Amino acid sequence: MAMGSPAIASTTKKSGNAFFKNEGVQSVGLFLLSLILFLLFWEVGARSGLFAKGMPTASKTLQELWWWSTHPFFNNGPNDLGIGWNLLISLRRVAIGYTLASLIAIPLGVLIGISPIAYRAFNPYVQLLKPVSPLAWLPLGLYILRDSEQTGIFIILISSIWPTLINTAFGVANVDQDYLDVASTLGASRLRTIFKVIIPAALPNIVSGLRISMGIAWLVIVAAEMLLGTGLGYFIWNEWNNLYIPNILVAIFIIGLVGLLLDSIFAALERFVAFGRNS
Amino acid sequence: MSFASLNGIPVNGSPLVEPIHSSSQLSIRNVTKVFAGKKGLFNKVTRKTTRDFMAIEDISMEIEPNTFVTIIGPSGCGKSTLLNMVAGLSSISNGEILLNGKPITGPGSDRGMVFQSYALMPWMTVEQNIRFAVETVHPKMSPKAMTRVIKEHIQLVGLEGAETKHPHELSGGMRQRVGIARALAINPQILLMDEPFGALDALTRGFLQDEIERIWEQQRKTVIMITHSIEEALLLSDRIVMMTRGPAARVDEILEVPFPRPRNRESIEQHPAYHTLKAEMESHLFRETRAVEEARVRSK
Repeated sequence: MAMGSPAIASTTKKSGNAFFKNEGVQSVGLFLLSLILFLLFWEVGARSGLFAKGMPTASKTLQELWWWSTHPFFNNGPNDLGIGWNLLISLRRVAIGYTLASLIAIPLGVLIGISPIAYRAFNPYVQLLKPVSPLAWLPLGLYILRDSEQTGIFIILISSIWPTLINTAFGVANVDQDYLDVASTLGASRLRTIFKVIIPAALPNIVSGLRISMGIAWLVIVAAEMLLGTGLGYFIWNEWNNLYIPNILVAIFIIGLVGLLLDSIFAALERFVAFGRNS
Repeated sequence: MSFASLNGIPVNGSPLVEPIHSSSQLSIRNVTKVFAGKKGLFNKVTRKTTRDFMAIEDISMEIEPNTFVTIIGPSGCGKSTLLNMVAGLSSISNGEILLNGKPITGPGSDRGMVFQSYALMPWMTVEQNIRFAVETVHPKMSPKAMTRVIKEHIQLVGLEGAETKHPHELSGGMRQRVGIARALAINPQILLMDEPFGALDALTRGFLQDEIERIWEQQRKTVIMITHSIEEALLLSDRIVMMTRGPAARVDEILEVPFPRPRNRESIEQHPAYHTLKAEMESHLFRETRAVEEARVRSK
């Protein structure tokens, strides 16, 4: 078809090339192409019974996603709650547990980081407790607190405390000796050195710790809520009991999206405190 | 025992000890620095014992007010250790350092320090970096006076317009200007500079050397500067202390630099003594550096 007017064809081809040579355009194109292929494969596979019996189609799942996101806030009792309410319940638990964890982890991390002896003395506790699965704390929490809401918050706290604590202590312990020398040649008091030099210098590490902790808190809340009674985790558990898979997929998508948003907030915060340093 | 006075006459090995000059501002008397090795039963068991290391042995010098003194020597000769002891950042193993007749026991704001790595706080702007220093040293200064002091020193180093920039937005030369402004803003009696231009490229370095000369003419503060550059030492200093190689580094010779001030690169090269001094320093540095290299080769 380009044979008839070679001149026009070559110019359009050129401008078209420039557009498609842009790396941003290429990556978005690849993303959209792979998404379409994936959805197509899913749709065809589900319709032809390639997957497990009862596996929902892509179109059905997208319909549900549309319905849940356009009706986020309805309340027909605890087992039939809009996904917006469930999301807010989960976020509230995370916010409380995570804030408490940070309020403990940052000051404690500073104290541990300042003293090399304390650093070595408390390291075994941290290293021992850090790899414990959050759910292992669940029975203990329920036994001590006798309350599912508080137990959820307790689990968030206990599992999101470690990255912040470790990063803060590490950052404080590894502040550039030059900054400390500046402070001491000026005759700065210990307290002034801590607040004006050590903590700001360790801030990139502290924020990295907070970012990892937030990621963990968001991972943990979904698992914990399956056993607790409300929130996004319970939503998934409930839909599993209803054996309605499209809603589970909707919830997975929303959990991922919110996690991504939370992480981007902390990524932006990291850049804000970096001042040319790479943390 | 080696004793060298800053009067220009090296008296190495001489039994004569010159009387302490009452006019001197800083007296370094028989100072020795030993970095203690790891000892004790625990380290013996874990086989981590190391021997004591004597960095500096029995160094003495007198520094009069308003002199620019440069310390030059092969790398690893303990120049920085000596400067850190004057700054109070490093403890003195033996001997004493007196500032205006009082022994130095720790860091203090009567000594301003300029670091090779600039050591600016990255999260503070140019203005805040200087303010941090002034505020720490003079917590009770009125806000107005403080702002004036900061402004004066930003002007002194020619950084007007960059007050609100952060260090990562500045070039190396500009960062070191901030370092110098910060050190001077607390109005110290002595300015200590540890290879202040070591991390800069040759052109920026030359430019900053001229700036230091200009600033020094204005304030005439006592300065102790460490350098590797012979030209830099000749351009800036009144006295050049040449140190021998470490371990157990000593003062080898002290040179008087007779060039009239204010100086510039071209005029000092015309001076009859310039080339003799330069040749003397070169031969000293080459000799010491060669010995350091040979010792390193043999030790392997």
